[in-house]
Amino acid sequence: MSATPTTTGHRSSGMGRTVGDIAVIARRDLLRTLRLPDVLVTSSVMPVIFILMFTYVFGGAIQTALPPAAHGRYVNWLIPGLLAQFALFGSLGAAFRMSEDLASGAIDRFRSLPMARLALPAGRTLADGAGMLRTMALLLAVGLTIGFRPQTSIPAVLAGVAIALGFGYAWSWAMAALGLVVRTPEAVQTASFMGAFPLAFTSSVFVPTQTMPGWLQAFAAHQPVTVTTNALRGLLLGQGALPQGQTVTGQVVLALAWTGAITAVFTPLAVHLYRRAVS
Amino acid sequence: MDDAIIQAEDLVKAYGGKVRALDGLSLTVPQGGIFALLGPNGAGKTTLIRILATLLPPDAGTARIAGIDVRQDPAGVRAQIGLAGQAAAVDGWLTGRENVEMVGRLYGLPPGLSRRRAREVLERIHLTDVADRQVKTYSGGMRRRLDLAASLVGRPRVLFLDEPTAGLDPASRHDLWALIRDLAEDGCTVVLTTQYLEEADQLASRIAVIDHGRLASEGTAAQLKDRVGGAVVELRVAAADRARTFRALREADLRDAAVDEHDGRVVLPAPAGPKTLQVALRRLEDAGVTPVDAALRKPTLDEAFLALTGHHTAASDRARPVEAAR
Repeated sequence: MSATPTTTGHRSSGMGRTVGDIAVIARRDLLRTLRLPDVLVTSSVMPVIFILMFTYVFGGAIQTALPPAAHGRYVNWLIPGLLAQFALFGSLGAAFRMSEDLASGAIDRFRSLPMARLALPAGRTLADGAGMLRTMALLLAVGLTIGFRPQTSIPAVLAGVAIALGFGYAWSWAMAALGLVVRTPEAVQTASFMGAFPLAFTSSVFVPTQTMPGWLQAFAAHQPVTVTTNALRGLLLGQGALPQGQTVTGQVVLALAWTGAITAVFTPLAVHLYRRAVS
Repeated sequence: MDDAIIQAEDLVKAYGGKVRALDGLSLTVPQGGIFALLGPNGAGKTTLIRILATLLPPDAGTARIAGIDVRQDPAGVRAQIGLAGQAAAVDGWLTGRENVEMVGRLYGLPPGLSRRRAREVLERIHLTDVADRQVKTYSGGMRRRLDLAASLVGRPRVLFLDEPTAGLDPASRHDLWALIRDLAEDGCTVVLTTQYLEEADQLASRIAVIDHGRLASEGTAAQLKDRVGGAVVELRVAAADRARTFRALREADLRDAAVDEHDGRVVLPAPAGPKTLQVALRRLEDAGVTPVDAALRKPTLDEAFLALTGHHTAASDRARPVEAAR
């Protein structure tokens, strides 16, 4: 160090600097996932358990209620739904890590640095996106191994993965906002799961919503996880997998609309909360 | 003041519209040296640091760091400062080196420079040997040092340390003190908060006593002690005589006497100097108490603090007013 400290924080604003800061934060979050084995185990084991449990335990019973496009295989019906569900679940970590960073003082440190204000939430959600891609690859690989067969084309499957990814990424901003509001890591974890599990189970992920009672159906048929699941089923299995009166394009547009709406509300909210957050 | 690095005027900050954490605080910190913000829990020290470090906007008042207004150009202020908060904000899953390099990148340093600076800083903070170990394996003292290293990598002109040694064992505390002194010698202005009088006395070139969100007094340790009025009487009595001693002093209207819990020293302000000592000894004689030791001496910083604010620092815990001790 020099005898007279001079500030050499190379201040430069603009896109380049912002992108660099986002990359630094995304790397930080990715290393956290890679180096804390418990996180990796939970995010890998849970999807596999869901596939195996639902296919082999509940699948036989549910099979009879499935549309013909599933070709009598519950796993065909299940995988598109799980892609949507684990996109949602993949976002939950953002809430926990935000509150963790608040509690540890990391957010105070970041906010005292001449870095882009957007970098922490943006880098964090980006890292989440990478985690979601990993989980989706795992779901597809395990699914294919036990008999899942897409009925459409590779571009359609990729489009489905992209829609699920966008859906999860949008939730990641919502969860980042939740973590900044609830603040206590343990409470955040409970709150995020209490929101995500009912949302996943009252959707068309596991069973067709038509089998639910009318009052529940009204909610279940239109909530974002159902709409995204239906869009994915349409893209992976074809028109025949959708309830009567729905088209693949229509469901894709609706799914994108949900994703857009969640993003439009929670991205500015998360940034707003972050700019005011102190431990 | 021309050489002031920090100028705060009439800062007000209230939480939830009720608690006034800062209540019109004004403060000038000269460039260079170590400046201690001393005060009990809830005095407003942390709020002040957060306002100066641009984490919180003040409700009213202004603050300038190196001439830059914290509200008008927070980004400009951030390029001038380093902050190490109450908790060591380092990531356990990263290595020490990765932590420091990351903060270097976020200060806007290019990768090569960030790596070089991280190496320099880690060496200076004596963490080179463990720099490539994950921080979760570090001790509390090592984490604090690393946290300090991270805030130094951008070579800030002002370094804010919020209770830097809270929760450290005495050996780690002394290590950190040496390090902080070393930094200040390089010309970096260090502003630290502390509840420990000893820490302020040992480290700081100037001390601001903060109480109830206001500046109670400001100056060098010696100046603060002088402001108390010069002298205190210190009496040492046998444990069995303690209660009688208090009673006697209270009757003599020397009710400001305080007792030190460790060795039963009784300390009271001596506005009248030797005369106070004389009165105290006469009262003890009347009560049939013979002190083991009696002296007239300069007050400590703790006693100065008591006189300035009307109460002890929360963490000093060394002395308590007679009433409370009974």
